[in-house]
Amino acid sequence: MRTRRRTRAGQYAALLAYLVFLAFPFLWLVSTAFKPPRELGSLHPTWIPRNPTLDNFRQAFDEQPLLDAALNSLVAALGAAVIAVLIATPMAYVMARHRTRLAKAATGWVVVSQAFPFVLVIIPLFLVLKNLRLINSVPGLVMVYVVWALPFALWMLVGYVRAVPAEMEEAAAVDGAGKVRTLVSITAPLLAPGIVATALFAFISAWNEFFFALVLLKTPEKQTLPVVLTHFLGAEGVADLGPLAAAAFLATLPSLLVFALIQKRITGGMLAGAVKS
Amino acid sequence: MTLATVKKRSTKPASKAGGPGRAVDHGAWFLVLPALIPILVLSVGPLLYGIALAFTDSQAGRTEPTQWIGTLNFQDLLNDTLFWDSFRIGLLWAVGVTVPQFLLALGLALLLNEELRLRWLARALAIIPWAMPEVVVGIMWRLVYNPDAGILNETIRDLGLGDGRDWLSGLATALPAVIVVGVWAGMPQTTVALLAGLQNTPRELHEAAEMDGAGAWRRFRTVTWPALKPVALAITALNFIWNFNSFALVYVLTNGGPGGRTRLPMLFAYEEAFRYGQFGYAAAMGCVMVAVISVLLAFHLVARLRGDEDA
Repeated sequence: MRTRRRTRAGQYAALLAYLVFLAFPFLWLVSTAFKPPRELGSLHPTWIPRNPTLDNFRQAFDEQPLLDAALNSLVAALGAAVIAVLIATPMAYVMARHRTRLAKAATGWVVVSQAFPFVLVIIPLFLVLKNLRLINSVPGLVMVYVVWALPFALWMLVGYVRAVPAEMEEAAAVDGAGKVRTLVSITAPLLAPGIVATALFAFISAWNEFFFALVLLKTPEKQTLPVVLTHFLGAEGVADLGPLAAAAFLATLPSLLVFALIQKRITGGMLAGAVKS
Repeated sequence: MTLATVKKRSTKPASKAGGPGRAVDHGAWFLVLPALIPILVLSVGPLLYGIALAFTDSQAGRTEPTQWIGTLNFQDLLNDTLFWDSFRIGLLWAVGVTVPQFLLALGLALLLNEELRLRWLARALAIIPWAMPEVVVGIMWRLVYNPDAGILNETIRDLGLGDGRDWLSGLATALPAVIVVGVWAGMPQTTVALLAGLQNTPRELHEAAEMDGAGAWRRFRTVTWPALKPVALAITALNFIWNFNSFALVYVLTNGGPGGRTRLPMLFAYEEAFRYGQFGYAAAMGCVMVAVISVLLAFHLVARLRGDEDA
């Protein structure tokens, strides 16, 4: 009994250590975002701002085109999420239900595409998009994001389709429903929550993406939030800490909110896809 | 006519249509094309084009036409000590992040699998690193590591352990400092995957082992680990690849400095391509990265298949 209690104490100590490790950088970011310049310059920084202020947020919007950047991010992420899910869902259905050569090849592509160093894809894409005059354009970025989001969208959706029992479709077919009707009235409603979760996950991934946006978007008014955030770092890494923290904090809020909503479904879907294929 | 097709279809339910290796029926082609075309045009095509570029002297903004130069880029790459330095740093970084990340995540997953009071808080907090843009993670840790205004050095000063240092600019500390950030950023995903693996192990097996008087370590080794192994292998392989190919985090934290001590292969190739315009040479770097990773992946797959046979 005694060793039991000691084990429990040890477990709580370990858990506490994990909680601190996970939380402290984020708390520090929030704290920095609300500090006036004088406290930021102090040699003995404090956890809680003594005179909290919103000036950093105002200054951040003055220094960089954050609103434009957020709008660009929104368009890129929304476009990528909607298109990716629209074209991935039918293919995922085929991959889940038909064990064909094509389905196998697609599964192989999903796995292999995780191992590409993006540099090998981005150089040719850069050249092609340049010829199509789609460099420095948000639609060009959307095209890239759609294809980039497809592997994990397929991965998740295949898991969700498999979770819909094929027997239900078979029963509908026996009752005389055609293939399209079965898909629309039986499969689609059951699949809807999974499709929404996949779309939201694609949205966050595109909202957070940096490398493609850095390469493809050249002028500040076309750039997405993550790229604009790096402008706060300035040359030689000298940064205005307050506005930097404020902007970084704002850029994270949408992802955190969306992710909190769908976190359970994502892990479920990804694991279902991973374990079964 | 329609009735006939419906009848014909209905005798052959969707799940059973097409055995292994059989051609796709026409309905399936129609469903697959919308995704297949973009995949071929924007992913497979560029990849092949990228591999082809590695054998050319393609450069940004050059007026003369691009020429085939055979394996010249690869020969140059063999002698490029800066590239192999970055390759070595990439491997160090990938191992340095993947291994502690796995061990910490395993510990956390085992904890969260127990009936502990603060479990919900750990789950809630785990969302933060997972959902954050990598750029923000980098910025956030720069604020933590900041030599004057950062919380790390302040804590060190408070504890009387000295004045602290400029972690990200020190030749010896830069790589370990970015590795800590990498571990932090990827831990939740690994934890969730392992936790799901743990929840697949039957509880009765644990209880039976406990009744037989097996200690915690023995129960882990004989019951938990065998069930967890497939998930663990898959997640560490993926983490290794993702980490080796990572870019944004280190770009923001150190941009490869100081003196190239944190210059991962992706940073090197990015600079070569988009700063110096050496498209062909950078593509060759990408090819070498893929080749090495493929070999590692093959080893992993072999290990995984062998593991399945044991099971």
